[in-house]
Amino acid sequence: MFSVLRASRGAWLLPLAAVVVTFVITLPLLLIARADPLAALYAFVVEPFTSRLSFTEILVKTTPLLLTGIAVAVAFTAGYYNIGAEGQLLAGAVCAAWLGPLLHDVPSIASIPLMLLGGALAGALWALIPALLKTRINVDEVVTTLLLNSVMIFLVSGLLNGPWRNPVTKMPQSPAIARTAEFPMLLASSRLHLGFIVALMVLAGFWFVTRRTAFGLQMRAAGLSKSSAQFLGVDVSRTLLIAALFSGAIAGLAGVGEVAGVHRRLIEDVAGGYGYTGIIVATLGASSPLGTLLSASFMALIDNGAQEASRSLGVPIYLANIVQATLLVTTLVMLFVQRRLRRLR
Amino acid sequence: MTVLAFTLIPLIAATLRVATPLLLAALGETLGENAGVLNLGIEGTMMLGAFVGFAAAASSGSLWLGVLGAVLVGAVCGAAVALLTVTFGLNQHVSGLGITLLTSGIALFFYRVLYGSTTGVQARIEPFQQVDPLPGSVLGSIFQQHALTYIAFGLVPLAWWLLARTQFGLRVRAVGENPEAADTAGVNVFRVRYATLMMGGGLMGAAGAFLSLAQLGAFTFGIIAGRGWIAIALVIFGNWRPLKVLVGMLLFGALQALQLRLQAEGITLVPYEVLLALPYVLTILALAFAGRAASAPAAMLRAYRRE
Repeated sequence: MFSVLRASRGAWLLPLAAVVVTFVITLPLLLIARADPLAALYAFVVEPFTSRLSFTEILVKTTPLLLTGIAVAVAFTAGYYNIGAEGQLLAGAVCAAWLGPLLHDVPSIASIPLMLLGGALAGALWALIPALLKTRINVDEVVTTLLLNSVMIFLVSGLLNGPWRNPVTKMPQSPAIARTAEFPMLLASSRLHLGFIVALMVLAGFWFVTRRTAFGLQMRAAGLSKSSAQFLGVDVSRTLLIAALFSGAIAGLAGVGEVAGVHRRLIEDVAGGYGYTGIIVATLGASSPLGTLLSASFMALIDNGAQEASRSLGVPIYLANIVQATLLVTTLVMLFVQRRLRRLR
Repeated sequence: MTVLAFTLIPLIAATLRVATPLLLAALGETLGENAGVLNLGIEGTMMLGAFVGFAAAASSGSLWLGVLGAVLVGAVCGAAVALLTVTFGLNQHVSGLGITLLTSGIALFFYRVLYGSTTGVQARIEPFQQVDPLPGSVLGSIFQQHALTYIAFGLVPLAWWLLARTQFGLRVRAVGENPEAADTAGVNVFRVRYATLMMGGGLMGAAGAFLSLAQLGAFTFGIIAGRGWIAIALVIFGNWRPLKVLVGMLLFGALQALQLRLQAEGITLVPYEVLLALPYVLTILALAFAGRAASAPAAMLRAYRRE
């Protein structure tokens, strides 16, 4: 949708069309759910901006989506189809939940970087297996990353229903992390935490690497055409491997943020589908830094708007999934239209 | 003999039951992949099939109408994947995931609108009864299965015959291996891909309907629980051949049935989750050792454009 940011003049019509088409397609759903469309629109678009709390909640939701969006965008830029951000996020979350309770006597200045580093490493490690299979013996990464998501989900479930289960309440929750390992809040009486700053820094790093370094150029070359890049002297295997590891590390950071900034422990649905929504974020944002930021906030707005519409109007919360997926599909179709138009010109 | 009757036979019966939805879905996926399209819409197609099957059966009072509804909506999902990946030539991964996200969202939304009563009582219907062709016999319980299970296993040789022995199958494989050559030889690449994706989608829908109409008699939010991804894993494990897919499926079904059995007896050899994760790990290992280049349809993931 926000591919407009790097597309030619007049191309803004296409993303606008995607939003309008999505709106037209999903509007009847509000009527089906017997909700007043105007009230629903208010809940979706206006309400989030009426109070400081609901506005910061969008940023809270943007944090993991921005990180998984960048994670996917990094991989997509290099032409590596990492569908495994969900599992890599969980790997980061598991590592944070393991480290967190051990850090009681470590001051925050050391424990927070340790949490971030550990989570990033865990995410990268989980991304390493499919990346090696891809670069060494050319096994399709889509299937392996997808399968590893499920493996990680079972691992989390096994930990939470086994060794980490709360012995008193029997709830599938890991022990709380140390106070010193918790991310500090950025604003009083809000849930906005350090992870948001981390996400913005990662975004800046993403911009710098892809737009200002030789490695970024190699990544983009590999993404455009692996054979041409190879011909031009780019070590494509190495480029893909590094992109995949960074992708996993960034997704791992998203997991650390959810554990250290939001839940303070590992819970079963800590990933909340952010890994998959990250694919939508990267696609809508055309894997560009600004586009990723805009689409991550837009997805967060839809998520929180659906929550509000569900609370106040009884519209099923799954409306958010439909709107986001419709937006993805219409954007894909618009990309096709754009390609066609360009060929006609 | 007694040991056999009380442990092995129920285990075989359970294996066949567990394998049914996976088999239907994996056969569906096999069709599309043989024509060169990876359908990642499978998980959502199964979800929508489970929901539409339930809703159609609940409103019409006929379980078979429910199955029909699920097959039809599955075919529509297949057509949607085909529209994006074949007609528009878009990225197969992102398109398929988009369809999965969209269709599972639709299923959950409409379930909540239609049946999400505030009392919290889950909507239920009377599920399919099992057929019992050999009542009273020792082996009877193996054959005491749902009609859909018989259909699913009957479809395996049919799918093999279709792909390996018919003109249509030859075209499918040609399109999956070398669409340019197939086109030159007069095969309509687009039509073949649409056909396999729609047939495959119908099977995926039926797989979902088995879960809601035969296994549960209800629709729940976690009804598919990653079975679509397992089906994709098993297609690779089975080297894109229906008979080999069946073998992998039986192995996996037996493992799961064994686990369910042990759990019911209160025996835990390994954590439940380890066995759940096993098919995924095995598939990745199989991929790692076999490599994929030799066996996957060569044109997989490639859109075809007529120049």
